[in-house]
Amino acid sequence: MYRYDNYDQAMVDARVEEFRDQARRRLAGEMTEDQFKPLRLMNGLYLQLHAYMLRVAIPYGTLSGPQMRMLGQIARKYDKGYGHFTTRQNIQYNWIKLEDAADILADLASVEMHAIQTSGNCIRNISSDQYAGVAADEVTDPRPWAELLRQWSSFHPEFSYLPRKFKIAVIASAQDRAAMRLHDIGLELVKKDGVIGAKVFAGGGMGRTPMVAPEIRDFVTEDEIIAYVEACLRVYNRYGRRDNKYKARIKILVHELGVEEYRRQVEEEFAHMKTLGIDPPVAELDRIRSYFADPAYESGLSEEVNRSDPDFALWLDRNVVAHKQPGYAIANISLKPVGGIPGDATAEQIELMADLAERYSLDELRVTHAQNIVLPYVRKADLYALWKELDEAGLGAANLDRISDIIACPGLDYCSLANARSIPVAQKIATRFAGNGKEAAIGEMKLKISGCINACGHHHAGHIGILGVDRKGTENYQLLLGGSGAEDCSLGQITGPGFDENGIVDAVERVTDLYLAQRSEGERFLDTYRRLGMAPFKEAIYG
Amino acid sequence: MKLLTGNDLATGDVIWWTGSGWSLHVGDAVDAGAEGEAILARESEARRVNAGYIIDAEQGANGPLPLHIKERIRASGPTVRADLAINTDIPIVRA
Amino acid sequence: MVDHLDFRNGAVSTETPVSIEEFLGASNATAVRIEPGEDARALLPHLDRLALVEVSFPVFGDGRGYSSARILREAGYQGELRASGDVLVDQLFAMRRSGFDSFAPNAPLDPAVVKASLERYADVYQKTVDGRRPVWAKRHEVA
Ligand code: SF4
Repeated sequence: MYRYDNYDQAMVDARVEEFRDQARRRLAGEMTEDQFKPLRLMNGLYLQLHAYMLRVAIPYGTLSGPQMRMLGQIARKYDKGYGHFTTRQNIQYNWIKLEDAADILADLASVEMHAIQTSGNCIRNISSDQYAGVAADEVTDPRPWAELLRQWSSFHPEFSYLPRKFKIAVIASAQDRAAMRLHDIGLELVKKDGVIGAKVFAGGGMGRTPMVAPEIRDFVTEDEIIAYVEACLRVYNRYGRRDNKYKARIKILVHELGVEEYRRQVEEEFAHMKTLGIDPPVAELDRIRSYFADPAYESGLSEEVNRSDPDFALWLDRNVVAHKQPGYAIANISLKPVGGIPGDATAEQIELMADLAERYSLDELRVTHAQNIVLPYVRKADLYALWKELDEAGLGAANLDRISDIIACPGLDYCSLANARSIPVAQKIATRFAGNGKEAAIGEMKLKISGCINACGHHHAGHIGILGVDRKGTENYQLLLGGSGAEDCSLGQITGPGFDENGIVDAVERVTDLYLAQRSEGERFLDTYRRLGMAPFKEAIYG
Repeated sequence: MKLLTGNDLATGDVIWWTGSGWSLHVGDAVDAGAEGEAILARESEARRVNAGYIIDAEQGANGPLPLHIKERIRASGPTVRADLAINTDIPIVRA
Repeated sequence: MVDHLDFRNGAVSTETPVSIEEFLGASNATAVRIEPGEDARALLPHLDRLALVEVSFPVFGDGRGYSSARILREAGYQGELRASGDVLVDQLFAMRRSGFDSFAPNAPLDPAVVKASLERYADVYQKTVDGRRPVWAKRHEVA
């Protein structure tokens, strides 16, 4: 994986000192909260429901064992012993003191990490496919492009005060594991006449007005990608709406201008940008690529896995996926134990995962947008030993992409923007389906819960989505069906009137019961929904 | 009644106006009446509270209780982490 | 504390800038002021007669002025480029990088803090209009 050189290190070190000074000025009263707020947000420091919350970037979801270990140490030393992995492949700490924040950033910098631009109206952490580099179906490893974009976007002078936040995802497989088309810009790396380049999508997003990003260019080569993305951003920075925060994302601009007109403006700006020499030489992408070269895989490894322990066999079938290299496997660690808090991990669990990465996965881990952790380089022969240790630490849940593998935002338990709690709903649904034994029969199911319309829990992209709303001061939950964040991207539709906390759990069960009764051979829930449409599901729910 | 709440500038802790200072416990809060804005302006200026605001509350069995669920959760701690609760006896949902 | 910052060695205009409308009309003014929603490209045919472009920042969070500045510099504008209004010390670095070389902030700035924030980053990741060589150029020894 990528390692900082002296330039990168100096950049994050300078940032720590800059923030130390800003925090000092705030604590000393030299700045008002109004002036300080955008500065702390540029460093991922929010004032949340209970305390300051710090969001740490995990660029494109890749991190090393020592980095993971540091995340655990921070949880123990500065927080209340846990952290929360988010749907943008980041980690959040919920109980941070302003007076400690600069020290935390310094600790992060010591392992080549930072919290730069994890909030604010700027270009956020670049996300990617959690299986990058090890997926059998990818055209190339998307992470060098993501790293190139990370550096380009860091402290970008023109784009630090955009109309609204800006999220970019880069993938390189036809299978979309990163909800690429629900990003402000999505890049899909493709091969054309033997050359790798990016297909560009712009104007996707969730929130109040969810949209699937349309394609705006079928191919941009690697020596022009910065100029092209810069052109996209400049048009957005100049013409994106600033009068209404709910209409300020690029999706609204693309929608209001129309794809054709947005594309035309970008092309015009791109033609100009290309004359400025702002793209790094290809040698720079090659330099970055060298860090992502395949590790020295062992050859002649056994393909055999002893399945005699049934609990292990279940985990193997559910959580382990094929690796591009013979003898290796990709192991998913679910952070969704039944009844637990989706995405939360204790300091001890984080440190254990770091140790396991060191022993079993070439010291590397990934964070997924579904709030799980991946060990990308596990020898098949080691899977059983790995699972044993995970299971003992409460990390052995065998439920990847099942109904209890719920994406849930922090909701009203932590988030000051929330209308309703998300976590208790997730806990109740997982517990219900663990009790009724239907999880296995239901098969692949992406259930996603947001505590408000901001959609951090990706509810529009859930096969089943749940949205918390405020109904006259009480928590209420709307149900959506038919969304997908994958390559068959679609937006879920609201079923009808909302429910209270117990009502929504019942409604989910009714919906899944209908699916079990109506499905054809081999159909996932999503497929059955698409075939039958909303009406029978509505009938089953409201009957 | 009206309560004043906000966060401690340095620690981020949720705090409540007690009439003479700030407390971590909503049970210590007092009705700020019509004085809210003036107190907040003064206390913010002195950096004894950050991001302060005024909320509606009612008298509960153990002292004032915010009307809105959001403020009740702020007063109690996350409902999914009883081990971290500041106050376990706050009814989250209004009766 | 200072209420005007100049990185032009004193070559600053004392003319009161006129609105873009007025400028594009019959005016023979050499100083113009543009608001966030106005198109800096409208000035491009007239750059040689401009001594000052003042870019207004009514609120610091409206970043359109950064694009305006870069567009002017990218087109070769050499005159004074002034950021005025809600210009805060922590934004000067990005503003300098976008081509501004003079500042008229609403609230006076502490020169020591200004100096510290402008000197904080020894290197930059992007090529813009300020002539600084980005780290990728240094890594590969290209111009
Ligand atoms: S979706 Fe809403 S409630 Fe959930 S984390 Fe995002 S802003 Fe908060």
